[in-house]
Amino acid sequence: MELFNIFLKSAFIENMVLSYFLGMCSFLAVSKTVKTALGLGSAVIFVLGITIPINWVLNEFLLTERGIFKTDLTFLRFILFISTIAAMVQLVEMVVEKLSPSLYNALGIFLPLITVNCAILGSALFMVAREYNLAESTVFGLGGGVGWFLAVVALAAIREKIKYSHVPPALRGLGMAFILTGLMGIAFMSLMGINPAELMAASGK
Amino acid sequence: MAEISTQAATTAVVEKKEPWFGKKERKLLTDPIQSNNPITVQVLGICSALAVTTQMLPALVMSIAVIFVSASSNVTISLLRNYIPKQVRMIVQLVVVATLVTIVELVLKAANYPVWKQLSVFIGLIITNCIVMGRLEAFAMANPPKRALFDGIGNGLGYGAVLLIVAFIRELFGKGTLFIGTPIAMHIIGPSNETTRYWINTANPNSLFYGYTNNGLMVLPAAALFIIGILIWVQRAWNKKLVDVS
Repeated sequence: MELFNIFLKSAFIENMVLSYFLGMCSFLAVSKTVKTALGLGSAVIFVLGITIPINWVLNEFLLTERGIFKTDLTFLRFILFISTIAAMVQLVEMVVEKLSPSLYNALGIFLPLITVNCAILGSALFMVAREYNLAESTVFGLGGGVGWFLAVVALAAIREKIKYSHVPPALRGLGMAFILTGLMGIAFMSLMGINPAELMAASGK
Repeated sequence: MAEISTQAATTAVVEKKEPWFGKKERKLLTDPIQSNNPITVQVLGICSALAVTTQMLPALVMSIAVIFVSASSNVTISLLRNYIPKQVRMIVQLVVVATLVTIVELVLKAANYPVWKQLSVFIGLIITNCIVMGRLEAFAMANPPKRALFDGIGNGLGYGAVLLIVAFIRELFGKGTLFIGTPIAMHIIGPSNETTRYWINTANPNSLFYGYTNNGLMVLPAAALFIIGILIWVQRAWNKKLVDVS
């Protein structure tokens, strides 16, 4: 139940894009059509689901005082996390290419782009800041990925429809995407402050 | 690849006869500020632009950090560009950037702890700031160090310019102040002291003008998206070349 709460929280209430505004660059750049948004969104779920547990293990056993070196090496955190992410993305790319060439072609250029998606590194840093354990951080990573996926697909769908409306020429495309994201963010603010654990306890009574 | 290196070689030869800071260098510096702005045109580095712009001081610190990281990483990668194998270039770039960012973080933590606390995660996220990676990939891998230096500074300045405009609007309308927390802090909407106190709206003790209340929307990240959206609108209405045709 605890894990389910973390999943709900990271996917909806504390959505990476719409509440924390992380992973914006690729969010705005890739949301032109629903098809590409689906591709990148699923790749993000995949990479977050893998890298967050790995980073948790590395952080716990290499960097903290409880780890192998018995000293506080947390100043190396950025370098360790980002190299893990870059290496994992490269690995995922190779594995997907071998196992399923059709999926590889569909994702194509988007896989390497994920390395610089700040939602990935941001989640890893949040996981450390919130002191999750291994199971919790895995669920947190997956939930964050699902939230990012849903948000990017939603924005892409709106942008496909808005092509048919009368937008001032200078605002077309990027400008409109910014304003739409802002409006979606405001809508997501209404979810803030919801505590799934309390809700469940209340419905249990 | 061979084409790029010969091109780079010829420009290097030509540059020996030109002044150290000529027209081309000025173009590298000024282009990213307006017509090729990293935020409003290249859509790079949005995340941090939203997060750190509620006040002027963090925005200024962040701009300086990004200018430093983007300039020095551009120079480093440009010096190494002929020795980096293509397959591992991403990891090499990231390690260089991550090292520089760690230096910036430690310096800031020592120099100004409250600001470091406020910027916390976002200094770390300079690593994944697409401006830095994007310029490394697009420019530094194919150009000599001097040009890479100016390109890095230029893109940092373009990023900083947008950051400061957005932070100016958000702090002024959201809090009624500018540069709060620094020696040059300004209370535009009014200082609160004994003589002006009776003017003051009880809901907002910093406001001099009766009836003014702080605009809560401006403090939200969504406001930054609206302001950048409107900035893009203004810029494209002015510079018709940038209008999205599709």
